Formats: sequence, structure tokens, C-alpha cells
Amino acid sequence: MTLEELRPGERGMVIAIRDEARLTRVMEMGLLPGTTVEVLRLAPLGDPMDLRVRGYRLSIRKAEASRVTIRRLTP
Amino acid sequence: MALVGNPNVGKTTVFNLLTGLRQRVANFPGVTVERKSGRLAGAPDVEVIDLPGTYSLAPKSLDEQITYDVLVGRLERRPDVVVCVADASNLERNLFLVSQVMDLGLPVVVVLNMVDAADKEGKTVDAEALSAALGVPVVPMVALRGEGLHELKAHLVNLPSVPEGWRWPLMPVVEAQLPGLAAELGAAGADMPESQGRMEALRALTDEAALEPWTESAPAFVAAVRAARTHFEERSVAYRHAEVAGRYRWVGPLAHSVTKVRRDSDTASFSDRVDAFVTHRVWGPIAFVALLALVFQAVFSWAVPAMDLVEAGVGGLGGIVRAALPTGWVTDLLVEGVIAGVGNVVIFLPQILLLFFFLGLMEDTGYMARTAFIMDKLMKRVGLSGGSVLPLLSSFACAIPGIMAARTLDNERDRIITIMVAPLMSCSARLPVYTLFIAAFIPAGKLFGLVGYQGLAMFSMYLMGTVMAVVAAWVLKRFVFKGSRGYFVMELPPYRRPRLRQVLQRMIKRSQIFAVRAGKIIFACSVVLWFLASYPATTPGDEEPGFAVSTDVSGADSLALGASMQIRGSFIGMMGRTLEPLMAPLGFDWKMSAGIVTAFAAREVIISTLGIIYSVGEDADETSLALRDQLKTDTYPDGQPVFTTLSALSLLVFFVFALQCMSTLAIARRETGTWLWPAVMWCYMTGLAYLASLVVYQGGRLLGFA
Repeated sequence: MTLEELRPGERGMVIAIRDEARLTRVMEMGLLPGTTVEVLRLAPLGDPMDLRVRGYRLSIRKAEASRVTIRRLTP
Repeated sequence: MALVGNPNVGKTTVFNLLTGLRQRVANFPGVTVERKSGRLAGAPDVEVIDLPGTYSLAPKSLDEQITYDVLVGRLERRPDVVVCVADASNLERNLFLVSQVMDLGLPVVVVLNMVDAADKEGKTVDAEALSAALGVPVVPMVALRGEGLHELKAHLVNLPSVPEGWRWPLMPVVEAQLPGLAAELGAAGADMPESQGRMEALRALTDEAALEPWTESAPAFVAAVRAARTHFEERSVAYRHAEVAGRYRWVGPLAHSVTKVRRDSDTASFSDRVDAFVTHRVWGPIAFVALLALVFQAVFSWAVPAMDLVEAGVGGLGGIVRAALPTGWVTDLLVEGVIAGVGNVVIFLPQILLLFFFLGLMEDTGYMARTAFIMDKLMKRVGLSGGSVLPLLSSFACAIPGIMAARTLDNERDRIITIMVAPLMSCSARLPVYTLFIAAFIPAGKLFGLVGYQGLAMFSMYLMGTVMAVVAAWVLKRFVFKGSRGYFVMELPPYRRPRLRQVLQRMIKRSQIFAVRAGKIIFACSVVLWFLASYPATTPGDEEPGFAVSTDVSGADSLALGASMQIRGSFIGMMGRTLEPLMAPLGFDWKMSAGIVTAFAAREVIISTLGIIYSVGEDADETSLALRDQLKTDTYPDGQPVFTTLSALSLLVFFVFALQCMSTLAIARRETGTWLWPAVMWCYMTGLAYLASLVVYQGGRLLGFA
């Protein structure tokens, strides 16, 4: 599954990132294969997503999140 | 020494602390981008440069490019030492940048800032352990309170040695390629330290934009990079994120090993609670709109007393100068040109200061990032991003700082579109024009006894500009930037208590940008305008026969008559009369046309022009009753009034859309690096203004509102 499908409150671990050239900035911000990510909430209009990554809050669009393959973690 | 760091880590506070008040803003050589520097307090021979905040040394935005270029010595002499400011509560991501800076081959000092905030969150960072692990001095600081300054200064006087770079595990297959690539760079004559050569090679390998600049100067290097890429792609090596992954593999565990976490974070849960409301599906947007309404209400009502004061001051100064100097053209130039011209700029300062004060508050609390988060989806549809919110809001004060604020956008398409539509937001220079014509021609009554017509008209002006900005952005996205896509990657920083001093400082800095740049142009224009209105000098007898002064004859005395004729025969009058046929379909006579011509330098100039034309004196302003009455009673020779509600509306609409501001064109040229965009900007906005006025006036006549 991809990060885009994760619901608010759920956590996942990044397995792979496709379209690397486009997601360079996302990766520089610390979202990499092996990173744990939690979806905190979605913006009022449903996009972008508010994530917790490496102890801080990062916001990215669903279009980018759909390039991030994850494994859902059970709480 | 150069100061670098992520955004939102208190870098500017550290800069202020180091330099005190001895700061200067200049431009970098070659590129016209601001260079903020100061002298180290207590050691005046040390120059401190504050570089724009950046997350990475692989530049994406213009701001980040500058930071990178300065650090590698491409813009000026390389700094002797780099101070890298890191947020103690967000160590991992901050260390990513630190690790990049360490690879440049320069002495590095790490400032571990906001250790108090981290402590509140239950995180304690062991600075000594961090220093030992990184191999560079680490200074814990609370820059807001000046804690740690002494120790930092000590390191700047006795420079630390160059740290051992490249300590992170780079994928071996990629690592193996770097020496060869760096050697190619050296062979092409690129003069740089060894570690920087490796950095440039890695940059070029992983990023197309970093490779391009070498096409001319080092073709062999470019060929070698392309060969290496093919080599990796054939073996499906994930080389593109090799650097990022390698660095995080080093700094991730390192950050954890030096950080002690006591209990669950306090501040974080506070931010979470606030965000549950602020970014709520229903309450979030309502709160945002309510806040904006409040800010604008405050800007408009609070600024009035200060604006009155400025006005009285300018008028008084003019009077004093006129009394002190002998009559003559020098005095006229000083009073009517210089003082009135500078007054034209100063009068907007109260509003601009207030708006920037509120925007600064929104930024420093962390709320601005939330507005970007809330608005992003809407902005995305029209080719902008959440990051465009701040530049566009700033443009309500003045498009110049607005356009400059677009620098932080790390996507070129988003940035250009933001710059192109920013001047459509109704800036404070339009306000006097709105005020004058609305007060004169819109009835004072209330719609359904609730909302005043005048207030409604004013609101419509702002709404029209904003809606058109959205439409223009969409058109640009749809037809000019076809195919290219924007993206949005943003940190939502924890909410923080704003520091008054910093908010005020930023407010003053941004307003200065407006006052200095706009001031120069408006000043020059006022002088030119005065000349154009005063020459060639005519005496009443010189006028061609059949000339009828069209002011209300019963009210006009012979002196006013003379001044009015003077204008008609002057250069401005000639321009106005030449343009009259073109402007007549919009409902404007030669006086309005002359006003509009002069307003292309700066919008508010139209008021002075009309003031001179209607000879109510050079101290005419938008609240001046005399000018308002003159406008109302002015008639064409056939007795028809020159101004009707309809022609006034047409003029208002023209001012909403037209790009009448030289400073905006100049700044757009500077920020886009080409005259193309400003030219397009001027043409589309002015064309839009003409069309919209035409539709309003002719449409209104057809409907019978003559």
C-alpha cells in the first residue's frame, strides 16, 4: 500500500520510494525507506497530509504520498 | 563567517545577537539578491553573513541557491568559518544539513539552539557527546535570552580546525565513482578544495539541475557523469537517493544516542491540541477567514489617525518651506514636487507597517504554515501552492515585498505564477484612489439598511482583484506552464510565543523595502510630474480660441481658471488630450486620461495630478472635500457632467486591474531575471483594465445607467 492510503492516526514504515527525482525534497526532509511515519490529519479539503516524521511534523501532498510505498504498522 | 541553518531554528536571532545593531543590507555581486551582513560585536574585523534558511545543500529555491553558492565561494570569497544553527528539539533533520556543511572543507561550529524549548518537550541533548561524535565544536544556546553567546564568540575568535568530512556511509558503488568524477572537474580547471570537488560531483550525479551549469566549462565531466548514471541505471542502483539515505543513516542513530527523552512531549501535544481546531475541517477555514477579516479591519481603521498625522505633517512642512524660501520655481519644485512626492509614499506607511506586523505575528507563532496547509488544495488548482499565501497576503500592503517573499517557494513554476498575479491584489497605493472616487460618487445609503453602499463598493474592489488573481494564475498554469507540476513539502513547526522585538524588526525591514524602492521612483516621478504640469508655461491669453474651461463657472475664481488652463496647455495636458479619443469609450475625459498617464508611474500620483488640474492646490488628497466637489460639479462644454457614478466605477475598475507601478516592474525584472515576465505582466494587466472598464462603462450605458 502507499502512504496516501494511510488514515489519520495510523502509522506505517516506508518500504520504497518511486519517482525519486520528484521526491528529492521529501527524502531530504527525512522520509526514506526504513523511516516510520504517522498520519496525524488531513487538511480541511482532504489534501495535503500532516505527517509525523523523525519527531517533527511534515506536510506533503497526496500526489507525492502515492509515490511512497509503506507497510502499515499495528499500533 | 557565514551563518546557515534550517528555516525556523532562530538563525536570525543568533545573527542579531552576534552583530548587535551594526547590520547592513547590500546585494551580492553579479546577482541582485539581498546580502545581509554585520560586524561581529566586539571584533569588528569579523564580518558575519546571514544566509537564507535552507533544509539542504542541494538547492531547490532561489534562496537556497544563494546559500549554496556563498558556501562554495561562487558568489564571493569563501567564508573562513561556517556557523550552522540547529534546533535542539528537532536534531535529526537539522543534523542532515550539518553533515552536508561539514563536507565542504571549512571550519564548522554547530549552535544547538532552543535547548530550553527542547527541554520543555522532555528532550535533553548532550552537547559534549554530540561534539565528540561530530568532531566539531557544539555550543548549546538559548539565543532569545543571549545564553551561550560568550562560548560561541570564543570559537569564532579561535577558529576550530576543518572537520573530517564524509563520515557517513555512501553506497560503495557510488563512492567508487566520485574520485574519478572530481578529478574530471579538476582537470577542467575548476579550482576547489578536494572535499568540495566530491560534493559537486555527487550533486551533479544525482541532480540534473546541478549538472547543467558544467555543460560549457567541463564537457568531459558532464560526459563522465552521464556515463556513470547509465552504469548505475543498468544495474538498478538507487544512486539518486544514495546521498540522502547515507547521511540519515549516520545522523539518525547519532541524534538518538545524544538525546535523552524524559517523558511524552508537552509542547508537541499543545501544538496538536491547537491544530485540532486550527486545521479542523469546518473550524479551520472559518477561523482563517475570520482572522483575515479582523486583520484587514484593524489595518484600515487603526491606520487612519497615523495617516492623518502624516498628512498634516507633510502639509505643514510644505507651508514652512514655502514661507521660508523666496517665491520661484525652486520653491515650487521643493514643495509641489519633492515634499508632496515623498508625502505620497510616507502616507501609506502606517497601513503597510500594520499589515506586516500582523503577517509577522502569523509567521512567528507558526500559524502562517497552517494557512499554507489549509489553502494548498485550493491554490494547487490554479497553479499556486500553499506557500503562495504569504506573498499574496503581503501584496495587499505592497506588491514589492510580496514578490520578494515568493523567493521561498522552491518550485520555479509556483514562484513565477505567484509573482505574476501578486500585483492584482489591491495594494495600499490603490486605496486613496478608491477612497476618493467612492466617497464622491457612490451614494452613502445602505443596502437593505444593513451594509453601506460605499463599504460594499470598497470590498468589491478588493474582491475583484483577488478573484482576477486566481483566474490569471489558472490561465498561466493551463496555457503557459502546461505539463510542469508543482509540489508542496512543508514543515509545520510547533506553535511558539512570538517575540515582539523580532516581529517589529521584520515589520520594519519589509516596510523599508517598500519605502526605499517605491520612494525613489515616486520621488523622481513627482518631480517629473511637476515639471510636465508646469511647462510649457501658458498665460490665459495664449489659449486657442473656443477653449472653454469646463469647471463649474460660478464656483471657479479667475486664479483657478488660470491654473486649469496652465495644465491644459502643459505637457501633461497634451498627453491627456492626445489620449482622450482612446479613453473616451471608458468614460474618461482628457483630465482623467492625463491622471491615468501619470498614474502609470505610481497609482496614487493620479490624486496629485487631478488636484493640480482642478487647481485645488497641491496638498489635495483623497479626503479633500474641495477636490471631491470639483469632480462632482465638473461638466463637459455641452453641460453633461464629466463624472457620473458610471464613469467613476469605470475608473475604479481600471485601477483594480491596471499595473500602474514602475517599482513593481523593476522588482519583477530583478526576481525573474528577465524583462519578459514584467512585460507580459504589464500587457495583460493593462489590457485587462481597459477591457474591464470598457465593459463596465459601455455595458452600463446600454443598461441605461448613464
